[in-house]
Amino acid sequence: MTSLNRRSLIAAAAFGAGAGALPIHRARAQAANTIRIGVLNDQSGLYRDVNGPGSVACVRQAIADFGAAAKGINVEVLVADHQNRPDVGVNISRQWIDRDGVDLIIDVPTSSVALAVAGVVREKNKAYINSSGATSDLTGSACSPNTVHWTYDTYMLAKSTGGAMVRAGGDTWFFITADYAFGHALERDTSAFIRAAGGRVLGSVRTPFPGTTDFSSFLVQAQASRAKVVGLANAGGDTINSIKQAAEFGLTRRGVKLAALLMFISDVHALGLATAQGLVCTETFYWDLNDRTRAFTQRVLPSMPQGLRPGMAQAGCYSGVLHYLKAVADLGVAAAKASGTDTVARMKAMPADDDAFGPGSIRADGRKLHPAYLLEVKAPGESRGAWDYYKPLQTTAADEAFRPLSEGGCALVRS
Amino acid sequence: MDEIFGIPAPLLFGQLLLGLINGAFYAMLSLGLAVIFGLLNIINFTHGAQFMMGAFAAWMLLEWAGLGYWWALLLAPIIVGATGVITERLMIRRLYKLDHLYGLLLTFGIGLIIEGIFRNEFGSSGLPYRIPPQLQGSWDLGFMFLPIYRGWVVIFALFACLATWLVIEKTRLGAYLRAATENATLVQAFGVNVPRMITLTYGAGVGLAALAGVLAAPIYSVNPQMGSNLIIVVFAVVVIGGMGSILGSVLTGFGLGIVEGLTKVFWPEASATVIFVIMAIVLLARPAGLFGRG
Repeated sequence: MTSLNRRSLIAAAAFGAGAGALPIHRARAQAANTIRIGVLNDQSGLYRDVNGPGSVACVRQAIADFGAAAKGINVEVLVADHQNRPDVGVNISRQWIDRDGVDLIIDVPTSSVALAVAGVVREKNKAYINSSGATSDLTGSACSPNTVHWTYDTYMLAKSTGGAMVRAGGDTWFFITADYAFGHALERDTSAFIRAAGGRVLGSVRTPFPGTTDFSSFLVQAQASRAKVVGLANAGGDTINSIKQAAEFGLTRRGVKLAALLMFISDVHALGLATAQGLVCTETFYWDLNDRTRAFTQRVLPSMPQGLRPGMAQAGCYSGVLHYLKAVADLGVAAAKASGTDTVARMKAMPADDDAFGPGSIRADGRKLHPAYLLEVKAPGESRGAWDYYKPLQTTAADEAFRPLSEGGCALVRS
Repeated sequence: MDEIFGIPAPLLFGQLLLGLINGAFYAMLSLGLAVIFGLLNIINFTHGAQFMMGAFAAWMLLEWAGLGYWWALLLAPIIVGATGVITERLMIRRLYKLDHLYGLLLTFGIGLIIEGIFRNEFGSSGLPYRIPPQLQGSWDLGFMFLPIYRGWVVIFALFACLATWLVIEKTRLGAYLRAATENATLVQAFGVNVPRMITLTYGAGVGLAALAGVLAAPIYSVNPQMGSNLIIVVFAVVVIGGMGSILGSVLTGFGLGIVEGLTKVFWPEASATVIFVIMAIVLLARPAGLFGRG
């Protein structure tokens, strides 16, 4: 199991390479028995703690837990930083597949990059497990026989968090939306739920991504709309800054509710409980959920960066790779390398089960199904130890958590 | 009746004020850049990282030494300024005789390294830093609630800019500095230690960046990339104001903050771009910048 030098990849991407100028020479003879997994995510920007090196640690944990070596399967992990830019993501994906013989690309946060990479993987007939990306289009209008969307999506978040806010009386909304594919999808899916429940969307602002640090102007606009709920259709550093500044401008003190439509445990950690307490969010994995999630966390913790507890996007990389390797073993390495479509079809045919997400399955459109948990951030006094941040409010069962198969508009389902 | 271009007037006033507050950060950062460029002829691309170090220094002082915001305001600029002095002595000094480009590349590289070290040590999502208790709460201005802390930022930044300008324009030390910019050899002949003065100037410019970082810590997420988000905008501010012009950078900083604030109301999607559009126009019309010489 070797790891490809990340710096050289970044450099290659930056220079628009693809020319094969890198000093990496692989013995093609060994390739036949080797599965290569490329972890493509944000290693240096605002989503780094949500996926980044933590996802890599989880992928390696999956390979170890699967016992690949004992089963005679050689697994290599490659890592690259797509810098949240679709062009960089596409370049790296092509190089990985064409030159380095990568069979599976996993993780890929930032919906715009996630969608672009899905196209490359489909064209080259490899396998693609998206864990950190959010847009529900990955299993809808942009679905592909090579894609499995693992951890969560905008529809699930909208239904769980958005639905809970509307039920609690928040019937008028104003959105602060990150201006790219993810933000748009999250706003669209949440608005649909608000309207279906009889609520109204009073307005929205699209904030430039990346590069917005001051949200005060947008928060004041949100307040001026007199909406009861301010929906944050953003993620990572943007969500942290929005929540921090909403507290500063006293939005919550004046009765406005914040809906952190996508929040990860690393965001809560960065905010501190004093600022984040009372916020409601939805995750599909929490390290302290049950004995199995705690056992998984204990195993992976020593290799997590900066002592972070794994969040759902990282745990999704563990769960996805574990299931992929089971399918590879079932299918045979040669067959799995030959066709990503066949491998993904085998993954869909097999039931999934692992410590992080428990039992689950993958639907025809590529959607991985598992329960979703509505969580509330604890007050500082309620927290009993490090990273004891959430109390579960409600569990949505696997078959109800995600968008119904018939509503996604996925071409695979119609045919 | 109470609307201007379809936007309620109170909302517009609020946005003007918020723009002014962001302008305060632009002004403080571009001031440091202008001082360094004016006297050292170095385009200091490490400035964003030094701003970030200021915020992290505030966090470290609190977490590791138990020293709160007010101490950080004093100590963080000194600590980060000291790292600037070391950088100048060991590395930047060697490049004075070379083209601007070398200084730019070196400082840009140093900035990336610093950011990378902090990212490896602290991750990307940032650290919590609270508003000091004395400055919590908000004023009701009628048209908006202004957090007291934001008001403090504007006043403090104005004060810092004014003090810097006074030192450079009105004191004997400032006169030496300006003279050394014109003709270093001659000033040295009068017995002034010019190399030491340049080193300390760089340290002071870096200290200003760190001071802005401390001011930013309670508002923005304290994370390693917080500087790189700002620095490109600040460079545009310096170019628009005129490279090396102290007054120009301060006025442009506040002015562009307001322009950006208004863009956030009328066309939010363009708010990250508007400053660069202005920069392009200014460069075409006045290549030396609005307040630049020559």
